[in-house]
Amino acid sequence: MDITVFLVQGLNALQYGLLLFLIASGLTLIFGIMNVINLAHGSFYMIGAYMAFGLSPLVQESVGGGFFLTLALGLVLALVLGYLLEWLFFSYLYERDHLQQVLMTYGLILVFEEIRSLLLGDDAHGVPVPALLSGVIPLGDLMTYPVYRLFVSGVCILLVLLLFWVLNRTRLGMMIRAGSSNREMVQSLGVDIKTLYRLVFAAGVMLAVLAGMIAAPVSSVYPGMGDQILIICFVVVVIGGIGSIKGALVAALLIGVVETFGQALFPELAGVLVYLLMAVVLLCKPTGLFRAT
Amino acid sequence: MRINRLSAIDALPLAMLILLPWLTDSYTQDLIIKIMIYAILALALELVVGTTGLVCFCQAAFFGIGAYTAVLLADDTAPTNALWLLISSALFASLYALVVGALSLRTKSVYFIMVTLAFGQMAYYVFHDTSLGGGTDGIYLFFKPVFGDWLDLDHSVHFYYVTLSALAIVYVFLMLLLQSRFGRVLAGIHQNEQRMRATGFETYHYKLIAFTLTGAISGVAGFLFAVKDAYVNPQMLSWHMSGAVLVMIIFGGLGSLRGAVLGALTYVTLEEFFKSDAIWGDFARHWHLGLGLIIIASVALLPRGLAGLPALLGQRLTGRPGVSK
Repeated sequence: MDITVFLVQGLNALQYGLLLFLIASGLTLIFGIMNVINLAHGSFYMIGAYMAFGLSPLVQESVGGGFFLTLALGLVLALVLGYLLEWLFFSYLYERDHLQQVLMTYGLILVFEEIRSLLLGDDAHGVPVPALLSGVIPLGDLMTYPVYRLFVSGVCILLVLLLFWVLNRTRLGMMIRAGSSNREMVQSLGVDIKTLYRLVFAAGVMLAVLAGMIAAPVSSVYPGMGDQILIICFVVVVIGGIGSIKGALVAALLIGVVETFGQALFPELAGVLVYLLMAVVLLCKPTGLFRAT
Repeated sequence: MRINRLSAIDALPLAMLILLPWLTDSYTQDLIIKIMIYAILALALELVVGTTGLVCFCQAAFFGIGAYTAVLLADDTAPTNALWLLISSALFASLYALVVGALSLRTKSVYFIMVTLAFGQMAYYVFHDTSLGGGTDGIYLFFKPVFGDWLDLDHSVHFYYVTLSALAIVYVFLMLLLQSRFGRVLAGIHQNEQRMRATGFETYHYKLIAFTLTGAISGVAGFLFAVKDAYVNPQMLSWHMSGAVLVMIIFGGLGSLRGAVLGALTYVTLEEFFKSDAIWGDFARHWHLGLGLIIIASVALLPRGLAGLPALLGQRLTGRPGVSK
């Protein structure tokens, strides 16, 4: 593998890994704070991607377009969706056992997929890269790299920094961290735990939706895209350690590298490699690489 | 485990199942065969989920491996010995279960769910991406296997009774197992694993054996399914299949073998209902919507499954809290 190809694959791995982190961080936070396993988290990614596909013509018609406007609209919708879902479904699951959480969120996946199918059909669609970011930059003499992918990585890195800042440096982050280590104690100290839950849940949904929206031009949108990402995100969470944001970041980047280079080097094995990685981690450290934050 | 003893109530459905091939057309027979195979799967899952309290999300992998084994090992030019195929299916499925179990049982609760889901998906990708089992197209079984000269699985009535016997054997086997010391240890692990370990039980080994047994029984179900359709494809290993079996045992109510069978019946009936063109017209394509809503409603309203319905109704009617278990 020559050096430019290596660089291109490396950048792709970074972009994919960061995107995985956006989704997995929501999953691990929701589990860490609320003790809820959410199978429908992959659906939020799917919803985001289909929003990028379905909303942009609407935005185009009403205000003359704009990728960033679509993005903003999608995020507002995601916030509303997250808030409503927490209120209508997930708030009932906190006291239930994991099996019932699995089941209800599995039911939600089926419903989301069918609503998607009813509204937008079952075909795969491409989503155009916004004109502003459609350029390429040269790499070496022969290769080029799309600006849009760099943009995706850039957005993800900003969000990673923001997330770490909020969690480690703000009062809200303190409450979230405290909530994940001892719920009752936080509640008895006068923190409104219900609002905190709703906030964290909505933030998790927004992150996944955002990931879907910015990934859509790169990966195109297709039915079942949520399932695939969900299971990879589980692998991320298992490798990183449940509830650990730092672990999720390291594991997501690791999986980005394994998947991307795996696909380039051993295409037949690529689907299995990440699971083998998980098996190795489980053998050595059954609780994942990092402890909960 | 009193609820799992055989009683007079079981005689009626059994008699109906025995007489069924004389009473119905081949469509209904086919449907009942499907229900019976799913019931075997649900019974197998009941052992790890209902009895031991481990939420396993990779049963489709065992089911699919069993099915693929049957098709891949079958002779392409003549009927193969069914017993040999059956044993191989169970063996390969239980081998995968042993490996997955050995790794995933090192983890607990929600970790365990995610890890089993991931390993289930790994098996799916093996059959989906490689040419081992014909890739996404799946493969056909050219000759249905036979048990010697007297039982030909190509004959629908023969196959019906073989499936029924398999279901009965699995049911009785699990019933005896749950009453045995081994079954009681599993139930103890469900109640309080820490205490079981303190009492001196090596709980990891018990869980691993239960998990492997689930794999073997699911492999048998896979064998039957492969013979029923004479065709297998990677969709059998999809995690939606694992989800469906979980839904079945929840519908039926955890902790009861009868519930697992009832759950399989309920699930397939619901599926047929929501898939019916006659009722829903073009909308039948979206049958997952109805199913999903029913699943959500049943989790919200029936936390203990259909088996808990009488108690719940009694509570509502009398206005008194029912006797909770």
